[in-house]
Amino acid sequence: MNRSPLLTLRSMTKSFPGVLANDHVDLDIYGGEVHALLGENGAGKSTLMKILYGFYRPDSGEIRLNGQPVHIRSPHDARQFRIGMVFQDFVQIPAMTVAENITLFLPDLPFVLNQASIIKRIEEVSERYGFKVNPHAPVWRLSVGERQKVEVLKLLLADARILIFDEPTRSLAPHEVDGLFQVFANLKRDGYALAFITHKMKEVLACADRITVMRRGKVAGTIKGSEATESSLIELMFGKQIEEALGRRGETPADGRKPLLELKGVNTRSEGMAWGLKDVHLIIKPGEIVGVAGVSGNGQKELGDVVLGLEKCTKGVKYLHGEKYTDWSVAQVRESGVAFIPEDPLGMAAFPWLSVQENMAMVNTRMYSKQGGLSMDWQAVRSDLQASLERLEFNIPPFYVPLGFLSGGNIQRMILAREMAHHPKLIIAFYPTRGLDVQSANSARRILSTSRDQGAGILLISEDLGELFNLSDRLVVMFQGRIVGESTPQEISMNEVGYLMTGSKGENKKSD
Amino acid sequence: MAGLIRFVGLFALALMIFAAVLLVFGKNPIRAYWDIFSATLGSSYGISEVLVRMIPLILTALAVALPSRIWLINVGGEGQLFIGALFATWGAVNFTNLPAWLLLPSIGILGFLGGGLWGAISGFMRVRGWASETISTLLMNYVAILLVNFFVFGPWKDPESANYPQSAPFPDAAILPSFFGTRIHLGAVLAIVGLILFYFVLSRTRWGLEMRAIGVNQEAARRNGISTSRYIILLMLIGGGMAGLAGMGEVSAIHGQLRPSLSPGLGYTGFLISWMAGGHPIGIVAAAFLLSVITSGGDILQMTHRIPAAGVHILMALILFVVLARRGGKPR
Repeated sequence: MNRSPLLTLRSMTKSFPGVLANDHVDLDIYGGEVHALLGENGAGKSTLMKILYGFYRPDSGEIRLNGQPVHIRSPHDARQFRIGMVFQDFVQIPAMTVAENITLFLPDLPFVLNQASIIKRIEEVSERYGFKVNPHAPVWRLSVGERQKVEVLKLLLADARILIFDEPTRSLAPHEVDGLFQVFANLKRDGYALAFITHKMKEVLACADRITVMRRGKVAGTIKGSEATESSLIELMFGKQIEEALGRRGETPADGRKPLLELKGVNTRSEGMAWGLKDVHLIIKPGEIVGVAGVSGNGQKELGDVVLGLEKCTKGVKYLHGEKYTDWSVAQVRESGVAFIPEDPLGMAAFPWLSVQENMAMVNTRMYSKQGGLSMDWQAVRSDLQASLERLEFNIPPFYVPLGFLSGGNIQRMILAREMAHHPKLIIAFYPTRGLDVQSANSARRILSTSRDQGAGILLISEDLGELFNLSDRLVVMFQGRIVGESTPQEISMNEVGYLMTGSKGENKKSD
Repeated sequence: MAGLIRFVGLFALALMIFAAVLLVFGKNPIRAYWDIFSATLGSSYGISEVLVRMIPLILTALAVALPSRIWLINVGGEGQLFIGALFATWGAVNFTNLPAWLLLPSIGILGFLGGGLWGAISGFMRVRGWASETISTLLMNYVAILLVNFFVFGPWKDPESANYPQSAPFPDAAILPSFFGTRIHLGAVLAIVGLILFYFVLSRTRWGLEMRAIGVNQEAARRNGISTSRYIILLMLIGGGMAGLAGMGEVSAIHGQLRPSLSPGLGYTGFLISWMAGGHPIGIVAAAFLLSVITSGGDILQMTHRIPAAGVHILMALILFVVLARRGGKPR
């Protein structure tokens, strides 16, 4: 590695109101390397990459490309400098084919398109890097992993040399992650520079040549992938050792108890691209965590929504606390002691323009109202919130500011505190740690395992298999709206679950 | 403060553009503006007439403002006003023997119910996913007006009115009382109470909190057990009811009988007022005052300067641009 770097960032500084997102960050990216950017939420990784892609202007600092200083003022400029970015949310038109989507992205399209030559180029490039994407397939038919490859193809056909990936593995199944890393290796061989943002330690160790760890807007250190270990990275990320605070219990004392929740032959409508539930049977007993594994979009969301009462059953019966609740409203379900911990609090649980205490009151507006609704008992709201935050050992935020003014992590904690405030009997946890940094994720997991120990039943929907295996007493796997496997973490291997998740048990095993 | 200066500046700009329009038509804009001012705010009679005009405008603005809290776009104030007037007329001309203390509340309730049901139909269609409330309220305006026409040209036509399309006159007991020897009628109390309730419910009560929650994040509200469908129907019902009360007030206190010319676009002006005010109660009063002066001014221009009634719509459109410019073009 004696070559000069392809891209050099020197002393990049960027502040947002109240936050110094990047504080004199230096970074070198070489051709032919996979460079991982690792760090907690809000450590400044995304900001740095968005500066590089021209989304943000840095306050100060210099970007050099092949030693020449450049100014990147917009994503358009970035593409001119052959820098491309793969986002978490793909910018694709589902109704169009792969080739059409790629064509739309290409610069300097002629007035009359030569679709055949573009398709030929797509085929050449996919051949070379092992993409296996059919250019004629409409995008809506593709899996998340394939759609991601389409994004990479776009960049390659537009001649990008530096590819930035923003949390590329977030919604991929385990074998798709391996496929992505294979693509990384192929691209690297041809001299492409790859930078990817992630929270996940294992992936970094699996595929990065060099790792830059960011902490609170600064570079905490850059180390070679071959020399990195999990504990050295954690130390760089947090500056102190934190232990995996997960309490797993071997035995399941829930065995003899009556079911808290029971679904019998439940079906739901399928909406758009998502699968509806088909003949789902599920039992959750008090004091157990039932983990639901699956590639996102295979009915997990519908399962959570059916339990919550938001989605109606077209067939089947539901029982809660031993009572039939097929036709209950969400309000009835919630008031009977069901908590909901969402994947994306801002989208699914929080009200950013309402104050912190108003958000808290939302858990049960009837209980907190006085005179039949004419006024609200804010005293009670505040003391319940205070007590819950203290019990969970969270910081106390100001109660009168709009929730949206708090940081993402604090919003998540506030929602956790709200949901746990009334000692729920059943908790629906929806990707509870998605997008959280290690510390917040651990505290969320600790809350779940503590509630389980105190006798709550938990439906844990997650795509992090490690988390599912660590926390769950029982596991079910969903594929295309059905439960295709049920076991305990002791009796099934992660690989088996991975294959069940992708509906390819048996066939893919041989070829792998 | 900078915002206020900007607003005043843009408002002045709107007046200047309209002055240019007047010049093109060969009118003297300074005379015209002076006439508008002296006819509306220059005398106690003028002021009282401005207040009279504000009554239905505040009510139709509330009809828009209330559903807008959960992002329902009610363009149907005009139709709800007509149906409110229709229901009130039915009560007034059929129960002529009732004393005022019984008849007035009855036609008030009928007016509210008429407008409310008309609005609730759109709410129901929205909840069932059949039609957007924006489209259905707009289309139902035409249905409502035609329905009123049907009754006043047909079954309800007053045989003593020399073939004019209008209902029989209201009995005295069905006329809302007026105050201070002016035309300011009991509807003013309804408008004020409506404004106060609107503010109180939104800021203090559990329902206001839930409405604001739906307005901020509908998905999260549903997941917290707030029934958005119920609020959609309820707010369209109450909003429509407000417009219905405006119709009741106009037909009872101002016209004294049902006529097709019941409303010079009061429902649409209410829509404008609500969005100008950003749904804020004080803003509604201020905007209603402003538009009341302008529409009264339109009548003055028509009478003294022979400018067609549509002329003043140019000024209203210019004012709307001013409002949008103040917010940088973004709806709240």
